[in-house]
Amino acid sequence: MKKFVAILLLGTLSLMQVPVRAAEFNTVQIDKSRLDFAYRQMGVPMNGNFRKFSLQMGFDPAKPQAASAVMEVDLSSIDTGSAEADDEVKGKLWFDTRTYPTARFVVTGIKPLGGDRYEVAGKFTLKGRTQDLRAAATFRQEGAFGVFDGSLTFKRADFAIGEGAWADFGTVANEIQVRFHIVATRAATKKK
Amino acid sequence: MRYTGTAITLHWLIALGIAGAFSVGLYMHELPLSPWKLKIYSWHKWAGVTIFLLAVLRVLWRLTHRPPVPVPMPRWQHLVAEGTHRLLYVLILAVPLTGWLMSSAKGIQTVYFGVLPIPDLLAKNTDLGDQLKEVHETLNWVMAFLVGGHVLAALKHHLIDRDDTLRRMLPRF
Repeated sequence: MKKFVAILLLGTLSLMQVPVRAAEFNTVQIDKSRLDFAYRQMGVPMNGNFRKFSLQMGFDPAKPQAASAVMEVDLSSIDTGSAEADDEVKGKLWFDTRTYPTARFVVTGIKPLGGDRYEVAGKFTLKGRTQDLRAAATFRQEGAFGVFDGSLTFKRADFAIGEGAWADFGTVANEIQVRFHIVATRAATKKK
Repeated sequence: MRYTGTAITLHWLIALGIAGAFSVGLYMHELPLSPWKLKIYSWHKWAGVTIFLLAVLRVLWRLTHRPPVPVPMPRWQHLVAEGTHRLLYVLILAVPLTGWLMSSAKGIQTVYFGVLPIPDLLAKNTDLGDQLKEVHETLNWVMAFLVGGHVLAALKHHLIDRDDTLRRMLPRF
């Protein structure tokens, strides 16, 4: 009887040690991930980042077409490098964060381009306007981590970002590049 | 004896440049953020780079050409004039340099006329940027004080002593 219990216990333990691993990278390590942006101001390359954003995703390198992802960016968490500029871009002429607190990118399709390169198509929503955009990205595995790096470029005028006196591209250029560095793991279950 | 045409041209170009950049600097730093502020900051920086380049030419010219012998004056006046000139040579180089360093430390590269990027010697460091701003301002006030003395001395030579001190630095009309 003791032997039986022991075997049962061992068996249960060994069962527990078999991880129920998802094939997908579905849990984003947000503190290891970054969301940066870059643009030109009077011909000067400038950059900044968003401190707060979230990303729900599922990506199986064996089935990239089946991937899904939704990113939400807390626009008031912007860091432009100066407090004065941070305040300015939260205002009505720029993000108008009081009315439009978040930006969203919903992935609609991922196309493998060979090697570790992918084209990510998605719907980008900013300040109440939505546009289909494509990001160029790479994916590589580093141990338990899946690492995505990529960028997309949008035109700020398409989203009424920088209106009125700021509409002139001579000071702040129209092209805004968004760069992402996402680190994800495969979780045992989809739940956090 | 007059200064050479090159020395005279550089002297007055730099005089015009620092008067303009100094006034703009005084005006711009209190402005609220706007496209106008971004523009005028860039123009100020481009002016600074231009003044620096002219100042380098000027110092090189000065080191390779003898200036005219000073008009007769008391020894102390000669020493004060000589000291002021030397300090001004240092400042027309140091003021633009500290402006460039301060801009780098504040995380904004200087791009000459919006097309020629000047490498950043310093990485972004807000505290260092604030300190360099103090240095840039202080050097500007020292320069303004010396320029004031320089102008008054030149006028005194011209109007009271009625000697050639100012005339030898004036362009020939």
